[in-house]
Amino acid sequence: MISTPLPLSIAPVEQSPGYWSGVLRRFAKDRVAMFAGAVVLILVILALFGPWLTPADPYQSSMLKRLRPIGTDGFPLGTDELGRDMLSRLMVGARLSLFMGITPVICAFAIGATLGILAGFVGGWVNSIIMRTIDVFYAFPSVLLAIALSGALGAGIGNALLSLTLVFVPPICRVAESVTSQIRSRDFVEAARASGANAFAIIRVHVLGNVLGPIFVYSTSLIAVSMILASGLSFLGLGVKPPEPEWGLMLNTLRTAIYTQPWVAALPGLMIFITSMSFNMLSDGLRSAMDVKQ
Amino acid sequence: MSTPILQVRNLTKHFPLKNALGAKTGQVRALDDLSFTVHKGETLGIVGESGCGKSTTARLLMQLIAPTSGEVMFEGKAVGSRDLPLKEFHRQVQMVFQDSYSSLNPRLTVETSIAFGPQMHGVSEREATARARDLLSRVGLEPARFAGRYPHELSGGQRQRVNIARALALQPRVVILDEAVSALDKSVEAQVLNLLLDLKEAFDLTYLFISHDLNVVRYISDRVMVMYLGQTVELGQTEAIFANPLHPYSQALLASMPSMDPDHRTEAPPIAGDPPNPINPPSGCRFHTRCKFVQAACSANAQQLFASKGFEHHVACEFFELNANKNKVFKEKANQPLAETAL
Amino acid sequence: MSPASSATSAVTIENLRVTFAGGAAPVRAVNNVSLRVTRGETVALIGESGSGKSVTLRSLLRLHPAKKTQMSGQIEVGGRDVMAMNASELAAFRGRVASMIFQEPLLALDPVYSVGDQIIESIQRHMKVSRSEAHARALKLFEQVRIPSPERRLAAYPHEMSGGMRQRVMIALALACEPELLLADEPTTALDATVQIQILLLLRELQSRLGLSIIFVTHDIGAAVEVADRIAVMYAGEIVEEADVRTLMRAPRHPYTQALLQSRAHGSLAKGTRLATIGGAPPDLANLPPGCAFAPRCVHVEPACREGSIAIAALGPTHQARCRRTHEIVWQHTAAAKA
Repeated sequence: MISTPLPLSIAPVEQSPGYWSGVLRRFAKDRVAMFAGAVVLILVILALFGPWLTPADPYQSSMLKRLRPIGTDGFPLGTDELGRDMLSRLMVGARLSLFMGITPVICAFAIGATLGILAGFVGGWVNSIIMRTIDVFYAFPSVLLAIALSGALGAGIGNALLSLTLVFVPPICRVAESVTSQIRSRDFVEAARASGANAFAIIRVHVLGNVLGPIFVYSTSLIAVSMILASGLSFLGLGVKPPEPEWGLMLNTLRTAIYTQPWVAALPGLMIFITSMSFNMLSDGLRSAMDVKQ
Repeated sequence: MSTPILQVRNLTKHFPLKNALGAKTGQVRALDDLSFTVHKGETLGIVGESGCGKSTTARLLMQLIAPTSGEVMFEGKAVGSRDLPLKEFHRQVQMVFQDSYSSLNPRLTVETSIAFGPQMHGVSEREATARARDLLSRVGLEPARFAGRYPHELSGGQRQRVNIARALALQPRVVILDEAVSALDKSVEAQVLNLLLDLKEAFDLTYLFISHDLNVVRYISDRVMVMYLGQTVELGQTEAIFANPLHPYSQALLASMPSMDPDHRTEAPPIAGDPPNPINPPSGCRFHTRCKFVQAACSANAQQLFASKGFEHHVACEFFELNANKNKVFKEKANQPLAETAL
Repeated sequence: MSPASSATSAVTIENLRVTFAGGAAPVRAVNNVSLRVTRGETVALIGESGSGKSVTLRSLLRLHPAKKTQMSGQIEVGGRDVMAMNASELAAFRGRVASMIFQEPLLALDPVYSVGDQIIESIQRHMKVSRSEAHARALKLFEQVRIPSPERRLAAYPHEMSGGMRQRVMIALALACEPELLLADEPTTALDATVQIQILLLLRELQSRLGLSIIFVTHDIGAAVEVADRIAVMYAGEIVEEADVRTLMRAPRHPYTQALLQSRAHGSLAKGTRLATIGGAPPDLANLPPGCAFAPRCVHVEPACREGSIAIAALGPTHQARCRRTHEIVWQHTAAAKA
C-alpha cells in the first residue's frame, strides 16, 4: 500500500442518522400504514409465488361444479361459472392484476419524472412546450382517456399497459415539475450554481435527492387508480383475455352469476378494493412519514 | 495603495413585467446604471431599504442572473470573457446567503455540502472532504461532531457558519455577504461578525457586505455605499458617511436609527412615507418625492454620483452644500423647546 | 390582589407557565412569569428567539391551541380573569378589551376584503353601530394612524399597499373597538428603517393620546427604548431583569442583559475590534438545566448558580433581577449612545 500524501486523514466522524432512516422510523410507528404494508407484502408474495401455492389448478374447469357457494367442501371460496376454484384463481390473479396496476405507474414515473424535472429545472420555453403538451392530455378524464387509447390501439395486455402509462404521465409530470421548480428556487441551488457547478451536477446532487421522494410517494398513490383502471379495461374486454385469471376480467365474467351466487361474484371486486385501499394507505403513510419540518 | 479587485460598470437590471398572455406591460427597474469599485482587502458595505437593489446587485455580481446591460470586471478582466470564464470567476468570488436554512441542501450532510464546490473544480473527493473538515474547525464547528450532521440538526448560527465554510471551500478572494447575519439573534450575530473578521485576516479576504442594519455595516465596513431605488446616492469612507452624511436620503436613513438613549428619543420621523415602488420610479432624482430639501430642478434632473471633498466621498445630489446649511438651521430649530412638534 | 392595585393595573400576570406538549418532550416555553402593566404604560418584552416573549404575549389572548398547550397561573386584563373565560367570553374579549398587531400584516389581514371592510366588520362585531357610523369611525381611525388620503385607502386591498401602510392599517384595525390594551408582536421587525421609526413614533403618540397600555415584544433594544416606559428582559422563558428604561440602559444588573447590551455592534467601536459575545447557545426548552438557565453561558457563574431556582429580587423601586450575584456585578459602561 502506498501511504496517502494528504496532510489530513479522513477520520471517522459522528454520522447522523440520515433522512431516510428517520422516514423509516416514523413509518414503522404508523400502525395503519404498517398494516397496509403487510397486506401489500402478502399480495406481492401471491403475485410472485401464486401458481405454486394454489390448492387446485386455476384453469381446471368442470361443468358439474359450476357456481358452488363459499364454504363448499374442496372449494373454500366456491367456484366460478366454469366450475374453476375461486381461491386458486384469485391467488393466481394477483400476479396479472398487480402487474397491470404497477407496471404503467413505473413506466409513467420514469417518463413523467424525467419530463417534469427537466421542465421544472430548465424553465422558460422548454417548460412551456412540455407542460402545455401535458395539459392537452390532462384535459380528458383518466378513465375516458384509458378506454379511448385502449380502444384505438386494440385489445391486449401490451396495449392496455401502454394506454395506462400514457394516462399517468401527465399527473406525475405535473407534480415533478412543481416540486422541481420549488427546489430550484431554493438558495442552495443558487449556491451550487455560484460554485461553478454545471446543470447536470446540480440536478444529480441537489435536485434528484430532494424531488424523487415526493414524486415517488405521489406515484404510489396512483397504483390504486391504475389497478382499478386496468381491471376496468379487462372488464370491458380491452385488457387481459380469458381464460387468464385477472380480477377485473373475473368480475366481468362472473357478473352473470350476480343473482345466483352474489358473494362469489363479488370476490374479485373485494380483492381489487382491498388492494387499492392498501396502496392508498401505504402511500398516505409514506407521505406523512416524509413530511417533516426540518 | 488600494488596488481594485472587483469593478462594476453601468450595471443595469430591469425585470420585465408580463401579463397572462406574455405581453410586456412594464418593468421593474431594480438597478439602474450602477458603477462602483471594490478594493483588494477592504470591506465595502452596501446599505439601503427594500427595493433599493442591494440583493439584485449581489445576484448580478455572482452572475446568477443576467444583467440588462453593463459589466463586471474581476482584476481588470471582464467576467465571462475568454480571459475569465465564469467557472474561474466563481472560484474567486463566493457568496453567503441570508437564509441559512434554504441555502443548505437538507438531504446532504454538512461536509458533503462544503465539499461539493471543490469537487466541481476537479479536487478529489478525499481532498475536498479534508478541506471541508479543516474549514469546519476554522468556523468554530468541531469536525468530529458536526461533519456528519444534517442542516436541520444545527441552530441558525451554526448553519450560517457552515454556509461561510462552504463559501470559503473554493478558496475565493472575494466573499459577498448578502444579509448574512440579518436573520440571526443579536448574541449569535456578534459571534458570526467576529468570525467574519477573523476569517478575513486569516485568508486575506475582500468582503462585500450587504445589510439593512446600519450598526452592523458601520462596525464591519471600511467604505459604505448607500443605495436608494436602484441607484447609489452616496459612497464614501464609513466614518465620513456616518459622521457627515451628505445626501438627504443618507441623512434621513441615519436619523431613522432608533435611539439607544432613553433621554434622547427620536422626536419626529426624519422622513415620511414608504420607499416608492421600483416599477415606476420617480423622474429625475428618485428621492425627490420624499426629500425635505426638494427643489424644482430635482424632478427634472437625474443626479449623477460625483466626488466631493477630494475623491473619497461621492454623493448624488447637486444641492448637498446648500442642504448642509439648511440642515444646520433645521437642527437649531429642533433643539428649541418642543412646542409646535408636540404630539 | 388589593383593590387599589387592580384599579391602576391594566394587566396582571402571576406565575404564568406555558408548556407545549405534542413533541417528543414537553417544551417549557414560559416558566413562572409575573408581570404587571399599569394603565397608560408601555412595557417592552425583549429577548432572543425562544425566550418566551411572544408566547407570553399570545397567552394574554389565549391564542395557543388548547389541546397541545398547558397553561397555569393567573392572567387578569382590566380586572377580567382571562384564564377563566369560555369561548364566547374570549371572542368578546379579543379585539374589544385587548387587541394585537403582528409582525407581518400581510398574513394577518384578509386578502379578499378591502381594508375598510375589515375594519367596519370588526367594529360592527363588537359594537352596536350602523354601517355608516362604523365607516365614519374607520375613516377617523385612518386619519389617526396618519394614512394619507384615508377615504381612498379604505377601499384598497392589503396587497395594494406598502409594508408601512399595511402596518398602519393593522394598528387602525387593532384600535377599532377602543381596546384598553394593545399587544404588539415585533410590529416593526419586517419594516424598513425609515418606516420603522415612523411606526414606533406613531405607537408612542397613540399611547399617550388614547391612554392605552401597550405590551411591545421585540428583539431590538433600540425599538424598545423608543417606545417603552419599562423593559422586561426574557431568557429561556423567564423574566431575568425588569426595570424602567433608563435604569435598564444605564445600570443593568443581570449578566445576560449586560452581555446583550455589550454584544451590540455600535458606532463607537474602533475598526477591527471584536465584539463582546455570549458564548454558547440558548438552552433547549425541552431540557432546561436546574438552577439559573443562563448559568452555562454566564461569565460570573459560580457553583451555587446551578442549583435550585433563583427568585427575582428587588434592586430598587422599579428594578428587579433574577440573579444571585447582582450585588457583586458591576456594569462596565460602554458608550452605547446613538451614533
